[in-house]
Amino acid sequence: MSDLVALADRVVDGARAGEEVEAYVARGHDVEIRAYEGEIESLSSATTGGVGVRVLVRGEGGARLGFAWAGSLEADVVDDALAEARDNAAFATPDPHLALAEPDGVTPAELDLWDPTVAETATDDKVALALEVERRLRAADPRIRQVPSVDYADERVEVALASTTGIRAYSCRTGAYLAAAAIAGDGPDSHTGTGISAARGFAGLDVERVCADAVARSTRMLGATKPPSGRVTVVFDQRAASTLLAIVSGALSGEAVVKGRSFFAGRVGEQVATGSVTLADDPTDARAFRAAAYDAEGLACRRNLLIESGVLLGFLYDTVSARRAGVASTGSAVRGGYAGTPGVGCRAVVLVPGQLDLEGILASVETGLFVQSMIGVHSGVNPVSGDFSVGVEGLMVRGGELAEPIREATIASTLQRMLQSVLHVGCDLEWLPGVAAGQTLAVADMQLSGN
Amino acid sequence: MASSPLIDPDVLERVLASALRRGGDMAEVFAEDRRSSSAVLDDRRVEELASGRERGAGVRVVDGDTTGYAHTADLSQAGLLAAAEVAAAVARAGGGGTRTVALGPVASAGDRSLVDPAAVDKGRKLELLARADDAARAAGGAITQVQVSYGDSRRRVLVATTDGVHVEDDQVRTRLSVSCVATGDTGMQTGYESVARTEGFEVFDRVAVEDLAQVAANRALRKLSARPAPSGELPVVLAGGSGGFLFHEACGHGLEADHIVKDASVYTGRVGEQVASPLVTLVDDGTVAGEWGNFAFDDEGRPAARNVLIQDGVLTDYLWDWLRARKEGRTSSGNGRRQSYQHLPMVRMTNTFLLAGTEDPEELVAQTPRGVYIAKLGGGQVNTATGDFVFGTSEAYLIEDGRITAPLRDANVIGNGPDILRRIDAVATDFAMMPGTCGKDGQSVPVGCGQATLRVTGITIGGTAT
Repeated sequence: MSDLVALADRVVDGARAGEEVEAYVARGHDVEIRAYEGEIESLSSATTGGVGVRVLVRGEGGARLGFAWAGSLEADVVDDALAEARDNAAFATPDPHLALAEPDGVTPAELDLWDPTVAETATDDKVALALEVERRLRAADPRIRQVPSVDYADERVEVALASTTGIRAYSCRTGAYLAAAAIAGDGPDSHTGTGISAARGFAGLDVERVCADAVARSTRMLGATKPPSGRVTVVFDQRAASTLLAIVSGALSGEAVVKGRSFFAGRVGEQVATGSVTLADDPTDARAFRAAAYDAEGLACRRNLLIESGVLLGFLYDTVSARRAGVASTGSAVRGGYAGTPGVGCRAVVLVPGQLDLEGILASVETGLFVQSMIGVHSGVNPVSGDFSVGVEGLMVRGGELAEPIREATIASTLQRMLQSVLHVGCDLEWLPGVAAGQTLAVADMQLSGN
Repeated sequence: MASSPLIDPDVLERVLASALRRGGDMAEVFAEDRRSSSAVLDDRRVEELASGRERGAGVRVVDGDTTGYAHTADLSQAGLLAAAEVAAAVARAGGGGTRTVALGPVASAGDRSLVDPAAVDKGRKLELLARADDAARAAGGAITQVQVSYGDSRRRVLVATTDGVHVEDDQVRTRLSVSCVATGDTGMQTGYESVARTEGFEVFDRVAVEDLAQVAANRALRKLSARPAPSGELPVVLAGGSGGFLFHEACGHGLEADHIVKDASVYTGRVGEQVASPLVTLVDDGTVAGEWGNFAFDDEGRPAARNVLIQDGVLTDYLWDWLRARKEGRTSSGNGRRQSYQHLPMVRMTNTFLLAGTEDPEELVAQTPRGVYIAKLGGGQVNTATGDFVFGTSEAYLIEDGRITAPLRDANVIGNGPDILRRIDAVATDFAMMPGTCGKDGQSVPVGCGQATLRVTGITIGGTAT
């Protein structure tokens, strides 16, 4: 621990008169294993480290901000990054809203996000797990004709943050992942199904779940056809709903709002969703995969309630977007590692669960579509206009039960309409790797496009 | 731009020899030194001027069907030997013993005359941003937000293997993009345009950023009056240079040998078969100077190559990296790429394009009674096992009575690769390329795509209008 904090402190000590300096220092250990046909296809292992430095200089018209990063923790490279960030600051536009975070008195949650089994488990045991999943999948069902990949990965990450404005934060976390793809085939008809499990440590991985999902999601798609077009109620399974929720929460970024890039702008206090929607971002829940004690500027993460019974309450902010909006940071800064600058993002979005599980929700749908996976989410959803159109595969719902599989179809609406059409939020909350929890979600009246 | 080698040849030889100490068929050192700079102008302010440096090496050991990999940011002999030790741990066959490795002289791409963006004054880069911002805002009062993003990188790469590969490449890339938001009575709409080239700052001698800004702004403005896109299957005319990604997604990924050898692609075992309309000749070509997917050597040290994948509708070959080519007893097609030294190489596209045809692009529209004209595609995604793919439209119009009419709101289009390739019934002469970023297995690499205006007799449009 101490060496990373010391390194961050050393960078900050290099601040010149009139400068504010922030150092973000990260180090990670990663292992990735892929199994194929009873062998290790690849095994890679590495330690990475790097630093991101921001220099802020106050002057006429506001502050100028420069940033530089380096993929090394060596002293001379880190010093170069500080010099480069300083040089970049000289070219930036002065802006009265720019500032580094300052301690706001909120106490960080005490979270234990470090599972020692990640480091303690021998590589051979990790390999054995991946091989075991591969073997089980190949034996699981005669229709599984290929298992193109079984991947095990884990990471140990440490981050230290320090600044001349009084920020000093250190955190560490571990993560372990297991993912498998299976291809079910019947003549020329082929379908891929994936199973995933993510946990804090090796011991928490759910092998049964990974295998069952990969098999069910591939085999139940056999014989899928293109459906007729029409308006349908759509039931999103936990994984699809998590993806959907992550998109919606992107529009709840105060940064997007102050820059006029969110369809939620100007709607605080309005009913933006049905009454069954109560949405919060709560990184202090240790079960959330992206749980964190500190945000990416070193402020304490906290629970932020954003939509209550369908009414929009507010947005997420980091330091700069909060200053632009005239509010306080909600501790919602995120960054993509040492090479990224802070921006606003959610970490652990969750809907307050409803009464029904998947079976109960399906039973309430006379005719509809159950979506097990979506493609084209990054190209087909516009978080500014709200336009929503994605490719789907899944099963029709008939008489309250899952029926024939469908493929090569899209569902479309707008995010605004979808929120106003939420019929049910499932009680089946599950934490998935990603920024949003998985809960079955039923949305009325979407356009299904097929034949 | 000559400079000292990233790693001395004698150090490389010792590390490679050490990597095969426990046995194995091949060892490789891939070293990279990447410097980048970027600037973002948003909401009229230069918000983020950033510089980055990433330097390190990966050691790969291949033993039978098993690959071991370790990477390090420490390019000293000690650091590299430590990585070699970790990578070598997967080799279990034994039979290594003491080996010597002798590398020949390094082959390099040679100096290309270009303006190294790192040598360009930061003020000049920022001036580009300001000019683009002004031009976008001047395009119409309804433009309410403009973001201009600039980036450049210089990536020095070295590859050395126990097979005698010893090459260096020096890749310089420059890009600028403009994103606009227009606001009207019907809400907000977005428009985007970019230039991205494997060349230096001289790209801005030819490309006026004002033009990019106007295209992006007009795209957003036109959509303010857009109606919902149709739902269902319709003929589609794809404008030249607007949608090479159609082929990237519809068949390019399915032709990557890693999917092929695992029988995870609809194109497995189909070489020699008619898989597309006879109008389709599809090429992947890493040698096209300046295009976004261009390089001299791939990330396994193979020279970039021009590969014909589909000739007059007949499947002729797949795309290969070293590992998959070896399994089939052939050579790599120069398609082994990786995001950085922190990643294993895999089969990737470079610049993938459909050769031009003979039709007049305007005639294509005139001959289409009812359909959708796509002036600009967004990104896409494919399921290689089924061939089903989607891509988003970011500028599209209705075609009514052979004329381009109402603008349409963004939607995804969904199709099946092999099916769409058979349904191409006309290809025009107006060939053009566009840049993009291709993501696969968590790795992103720059790619180019291209096509002339063409028509597909039917694709499912995922809109809401019935």
